[in-house]
Amino acid sequence: MKIGLFIPCFMNELYPEASMATLKVLENLGLHVEYPIEQTCCGQPMANTGCAKEAGELAKRFLKIFKDFDYVVAPSGSCVAMVRDNYAQFLEGKEGFEHLKTHTYELVEFLHDIIKPTSMNSSFPYKVGIHNSCHGHRELGLASMSERNLPAFSKIEKILSLVDDIEFVTLKRNDECCGFGGTFCVTEDAMSSAMGIDRVNDHLSAGAEIMTGVDMSCLMHMQGIIDREKLPIKTLHIAQILAGEL
Amino acid sequence: MGHPEKAAEFIANDERMHWHDKALWFVREKRDLASHRLDEWEELREVAKQIKTHTINKLDFYLEEFEKNAKKKGLHVHWAKDAKEHNEIVLKLLLSRGAKKLVKSKSMLTEECHLNPYLENNGIEVVDTDLGERIVQLRDEAPSHIVLPAIHLKKEEVGKTFEKFLKTEKDNCDPTYLTRAARTHLREKFLNADASLTGVNFGIAETGGVVVCTNEGNADLGASLPKLHIASMGIEKIIPRLTDLSVFTRLLARSATGQPITSYTSHFHAPVEGGEMHIIIVDNGRSDIIQNDDFKQSLHCIRCGACINTCPVYRRSGGHSYGYTIPGPIGSTLGASKDLRTNKTLPFACTLCASCSNVCPIKIDLHNQLYKHRQSVVKAGLLGAKKYAVLKVATWVMKHPMLLDFGGSMARKIVPKLPRSILYSKANIWGKKRELPKFPKKSFKELYKEREENK
Amino acid sequence: MTSRESILNNIKKNIPSSTIELPDTNIPHTSYKDKNKQFAISLKSVGGDAVWLEDESIDEFVEKNYQNSEVIVSTCKEFTGETKNANIPNTPHPLKNVDLAVIKAEFAVAENGAVWIKNSDNRHRALYFLATKLLIIIDKNNIVDTMHEAYEQITFDKKGYGVFISGPSKTADIEQALVIGAHGPTSACVLFVRKVSY
Repeated sequence: MKIGLFIPCFMNELYPEASMATLKVLENLGLHVEYPIEQTCCGQPMANTGCAKEAGELAKRFLKIFKDFDYVVAPSGSCVAMVRDNYAQFLEGKEGFEHLKTHTYELVEFLHDIIKPTSMNSSFPYKVGIHNSCHGHRELGLASMSERNLPAFSKIEKILSLVDDIEFVTLKRNDECCGFGGTFCVTEDAMSSAMGIDRVNDHLSAGAEIMTGVDMSCLMHMQGIIDREKLPIKTLHIAQILAGEL
Repeated sequence: MGHPEKAAEFIANDERMHWHDKALWFVREKRDLASHRLDEWEELREVAKQIKTHTINKLDFYLEEFEKNAKKKGLHVHWAKDAKEHNEIVLKLLLSRGAKKLVKSKSMLTEECHLNPYLENNGIEVVDTDLGERIVQLRDEAPSHIVLPAIHLKKEEVGKTFEKFLKTEKDNCDPTYLTRAARTHLREKFLNADASLTGVNFGIAETGGVVVCTNEGNADLGASLPKLHIASMGIEKIIPRLTDLSVFTRLLARSATGQPITSYTSHFHAPVEGGEMHIIIVDNGRSDIIQNDDFKQSLHCIRCGACINTCPVYRRSGGHSYGYTIPGPIGSTLGASKDLRTNKTLPFACTLCASCSNVCPIKIDLHNQLYKHRQSVVKAGLLGAKKYAVLKVATWVMKHPMLLDFGGSMARKIVPKLPRSILYSKANIWGKKRELPKFPKKSFKELYKEREENK
Repeated sequence: MTSRESILNNIKKNIPSSTIELPDTNIPHTSYKDKNKQFAISLKSVGGDAVWLEDESIDEFVEKNYQNSEVIVSTCKEFTGETKNANIPNTPHPLKNVDLAVIKAEFAVAENGAVWIKNSDNRHRALYFLATKLLIIIDKNNIVDTMHEAYEQITFDKKGYGVFISGPSKTADIEQALVIGAHGPTSACVLFVRKVSY
């Protein structure tokens, strides 16, 4: 199994530990992972701002770099959703796209659906709040959505439960958006911050010591609020919990 | 001023913003309870979507069926291609029957057509009879929600308005007391009205009649007292068969407010004794939306408001911040379709969280429509030169990894050394309410390369 | 070109050559072991009351429970206690003084506490909304599970009016506080009886 590691552009620049933890988690499970060095960005910021032409250019570039892997795995629900749901506009019919679309996974769903590990060989003795980042949650179906009348499940909770000593808290609003929203975080900054602080407060009142999720962008946004307000809680990417880091 | 500025104003009053958010979230929770009680909820949504998809794709056929069957029952049918024509038809009907006093039940279509000011300028007294609508009418405000028009108001504010216009007791803001006062006040209006105008929830092609759903009974009081009943209906409100109502009536009220059905579901297939009923079929841009496969589904909307209640942005910014007749996700897509230039900030008043698409009883792909509208904004040159330039540059950098690597490593060297006054200057919008992330010494790529070299 | 023509032409411009079939609305759906119990729960949840008449007559029930109602009208032959005939006035306006309207409904719907009123034997439909209180008489065998079964019993081949009424009128337009009794009746009771002539 040849796995291509896809690290979101800003995670590469600003969150090397979470990126490295992703690599470690996969390698510790005995998987062969390559990191194609020419990758940059999947084009999500451009696509979300309506710049279809620019997003299309980056989509083509992405396909070229990743099309020969059996699986592409990324520590990001939103970037994977970009590839699986929004690339069709630019790449439909192109050689290699169908395979890319059906074999690009977010880390947790890759472990849950494909690898199915029985233990993570790590311990994380903390109270953890799961932030259900919207793209992973509603586009990729990582967990049952509160709006829908479907059986309850959470791939995130299932995989995190393989980590010893971890404790989950119950939130008042299980899957409300944190307000990052891509360029939304600056074009509607007041709204973005208002939504973010409400999410953080939900986790705080639920007793969480750590907030985790599959999207570093959500966590970066909420950590920014936590740091400004000096709140007694931390964010940590799920890859780092799975790798047993703090 | 677009949505961002108006939202910022709303948010600045933190207590009020959270009060508004909680009020709407409560309605969303009631909706969840109701929808979870029916095992067949998701199947109902799917059938509703299929009915509407089929109907919109044969809308000309069903509109003609509707007209034929309505006329067979002695109902009058008019066609208005735009708001102006709709308003003129209404006025003509009123004047020709000597009607000076009109009672109106809830109709977002008539809001869209700005009917009230038009009629008032022509000497007609127009009374909105839905309690929430009457409150905002007295306050000279627009409704802020399509189902809960006065959700943005606290009871003290309603009390003050009623003190002024209904002469209620000073400082009495008990909702029951105020509702009773409105009942007395509006009863008098119903009994003295010359004509009534209602909206239409569903127009049934098979039978030629219209269905109106209310909780207050105001649509029926209006339509059954005066002799002239006018029903304004958007072309998209048509459904093919009576039996289709079994699906829609099970979805509508549960989605709107969490109740299993509205208090009244009236099926109008005749005027009152000695009266007349006129249906005005209105286009006003809807047939143009049909021509766009990306946005066609927005015409499936049954105006339940569920998407508005669940939208985390709407809940924290209020209906007035959208600047369009209808707020929230459905308003943003309809508004962008109607007038992209004026409403260009609406597709961006959204984080694409997709909660709206999940609560929509007709499974409209709301968040996808807002995503697509953003592309229309860019194509129309409305994004703003500065924003577009930044994204073009970013794209170019992303095609040159060495440049990206260089830029990143420079940022990691320089940013940690910058003084706070520069880093958090006014130009740093991120920094208004957030700290920047801690910049690491090396990128992942650098660490990875080192690791591979050391193997 | 008339507006009618221009609207229809504009629609026809983007009508696809074929589309999906109209689906069957009668999907597998909830049914209730005890329809009566569910109806009572549904109606209570929207501010109404459901009663099953045992040995009393409708007249006795009204006398006992509506002592303060002075002006009473009826569209139901099984009730003989009306004080006025609602069909006599030539306009509906005098009905504003009706304290209690004893009306008949065709059937009840368990899932939502609604009853279907066909408006037969009643001249002014405003009665259902002007009366202060409604007492709705239904044959106790006429109860269905959901709106699916309900619409199977309704046709509008001829002109007319029909309404589903579920409980009294209400509103929550002032700060989401539920107030029973908005513009229409302030109370609605559904009385299930042994026989009603329709």
